[in-house]
Amino acid sequence: MEFCRKETQKDVRTHYCPGCGHGIAHRLVAEVLEELDVRGKTIGTAPVGCAVLLYNYFNCDIIECAHGRSPAVATAIKRIQPDKVVFTYQGDGDLAAIGMGETIHAANRGEDITVIFINNAIYGMTGGQMAPTTLLGQSSTTSEAGRGNNQEGPPIKVCELLSNLDGVTYLERVAVSTARDTIKAKKAIKRAFLNQIEGRGFSLVEVLSMCPTDWKLTPVQGLDFVNTEMKTVFPLGIFKEKDGR
Amino acid sequence: MSEAAIQAGCRFFAGYPITPQNEVPEYMSRRMPEVGGVFVQAESELAAISMIFGASATGTRCMTSSSSPGISLKQEGISYIAAGELPCVIANMQRGGPGLGNIRASQADYYQAVKGGGHGDYRLIVLAPATLPELYKLTQNAFDYADYYRIPVMILGDGILAQMAEPVELTPYKPILKIPKKDYILDGCQGREPRVIKTLMLNPTDALVTHNINMQKKHEKITADLQLVENYMTEDAEVVIAAYGMTARVAKGAIQIARDKGLKVGLIRPITVWPFPDKAMMEVAKTVRKFLVVEMSNGQFIDDVKLAIQCSKPVEFQGIGGGWYPSVEGILEKIEEIYK
Repeated sequence: MEFCRKETQKDVRTHYCPGCGHGIAHRLVAEVLEELDVRGKTIGTAPVGCAVLLYNYFNCDIIECAHGRSPAVATAIKRIQPDKVVFTYQGDGDLAAIGMGETIHAANRGEDITVIFINNAIYGMTGGQMAPTTLLGQSSTTSEAGRGNNQEGPPIKVCELLSNLDGVTYLERVAVSTARDTIKAKKAIKRAFLNQIEGRGFSLVEVLSMCPTDWKLTPVQGLDFVNTEMKTVFPLGIFKEKDGR
Repeated sequence: MSEAAIQAGCRFFAGYPITPQNEVPEYMSRRMPEVGGVFVQAESELAAISMIFGASATGTRCMTSSSSPGISLKQEGISYIAAGELPCVIANMQRGGPGLGNIRASQADYYQAVKGGGHGDYRLIVLAPATLPELYKLTQNAFDYADYYRIPVMILGDGILAQMAEPVELTPYKPILKIPKKDYILDGCQGREPRVIKTLMLNPTDALVTHNINMQKKHEKITADLQLVENYMTEDAEVVIAAYGMTARVAKGAIQIARDKGLKVGLIRPITVWPFPDKAMMEVAKTVRKFLVVEMSNGQFIDDVKLAIQCSKPVEFQGIGGGWYPSVEGILEKIEEIYK
C-alpha cells in the first residue's frame, strides 16, 4: 500500500477517536476515487453521525444530508447528472434505522449509485446508543442490560436483507479490522465504484468498523471485537453480484 | 400548474400520491420524459423532498407537490433546503385537518406555511392563487423568485383549486427576474475548488448566528420587494373582507350582491401571504370602518391581518376548520350582521 497523501483526501487531522474505523474507510474511498481518476466528477453525500464532517477530509463536491436521506438525495443528483459519480457514506443508524426506507427503495430502483455503509454496531456521535446493528447481548447506553433483553429484536443484517431485492446489482460485506480485510475492503469499494462508472446499477459495500470509544474498549480490543464478535453475526462475503439491473 | 412548471424550465419532479393533488405527479410522470426531465415517484414525502434537495443542488429547476399530511412530512427537508439556501417550488393543495383529516378544501395549514413549518428560523415565499390562470402565472413566477432569492417557494392552494376546471391560456414562460449565475451547484470539482452544501455550522462558534443574520437580511429584502395584493372595491368601502385564495373568490360573489343592496363592501386579497402585504393592509385600514376575515380554518390568517393593521380597526371573523368552504349566502349574511 502507498502511504503518500492523495489529492482526493485533504492533508488534515481528523476528529475521529483513536481506533475508529472511519479514517481507514475514508482512506480507501479516497484511494479508489483517485485510482479511477474520477475526483473531478464525483459528488459525495455526508451523513448525520460521526462522518458528517466528511467534507473536511474529502477533496470533492459534497452535500450534507438529513439523517438517513442520502440515498434519496443521491438519486436526484445521479438521475440529473448520469455522467457523474455519486456516492453515499452512511452509518448504521443513518442507513438501517431512520433511512431504511430510502435505502431499500433506492436499492430496489437500481439507482446507479455507490453506497458505503459503515457498520460499527452503535450510534457513535450521539454517545453510544443502541443501533439497528447492535449485537444481541451487546450493552449500549439505551440497552444497558444488553440488546435482546427488552424486546429490542436481533440486529438487522443489511446485505442479507437487500439481497432479496431484484433491483440490486452488488452487495458485499467487508471489514477494516485486519490488514488482509482492509485490502479486500478496498477491492470491494473499487468494484462498487466501477459498477457505477459502467452503469451497472446499485452497489453497496458494508464495512464492519470499529468504535472502541462507545464500545468502552481499547483500540486493540476494538479490533478483536470486530474479528471475534461482529464477523460471527455479520459474515463477510459477496451477497449479490449481477452484471446489471 | 404542472405545465406552467414545465414551461418555466422545471426539469425534476419528485412526489408521493396523496389526494387531492394526484393529477400533478400523474401529469409530470407523462410530461417530464417528453422534455428530457426527470420524474421520480418517491417512496415517501421524506424521500421526495430529499430528492428535491439533491436536485436543487445540481442547479436544476425542481418541484414537488403534496397536500396537508404530506406537507407535514416534507417539513424536515424544507428546513434543510431553506438552511442550504437552495431554490425549489413546493405546492400544498390543502385538505382538511388535523391528522388524516378529510379530502375537502381547507386553509388550515396557513401557520405552517407562513411561519416556517419546520425547525429553525426560516421563511418560505408563499403564493396564494385564487384562480387557475393565476395559478399558472404564479407557478412560473415561483421558479424565478426561488432562483433569484435562493429560497423555497410554496404555492398555497386548496382542494378546490386542485380539482376544478377553468379555461387557462398556456402562455409561454417569460422570466420576470434576472437570475444570478448559480455558483453553488454540485457538478464535480473538475477545474475548480470543491464545493460543499451543508447546514451543520459548528465552527466558528458564531457561524450559525452569522448564517441566521444573513438569512434574516434576505427575508427583509424579500419583505421589501415582494408584497403582492389585490384590492377590489376598497376605495369607498366601509367593511372590507380580508381573504386569500379560493375564499377570496367566493367573497367577491358576496360583495357584488352586497353592493347591489347598497352596502359598501370591498375585498383585500393577499397574493403573497408571506411576505404579508402589511402596507396595503394598513392603507385600507385608514379608511375602512371594520374588517371581516373569511378563511377555511378556525382562525390563522386573521392573526396576520390584525398584526398588519396593528389592531387599529375591529376585525370580525367567519371561518371554521375541518374542510369547510364558505358560501356566498353565508358570507353575505355575515356582512349584513356586522355592517351596522
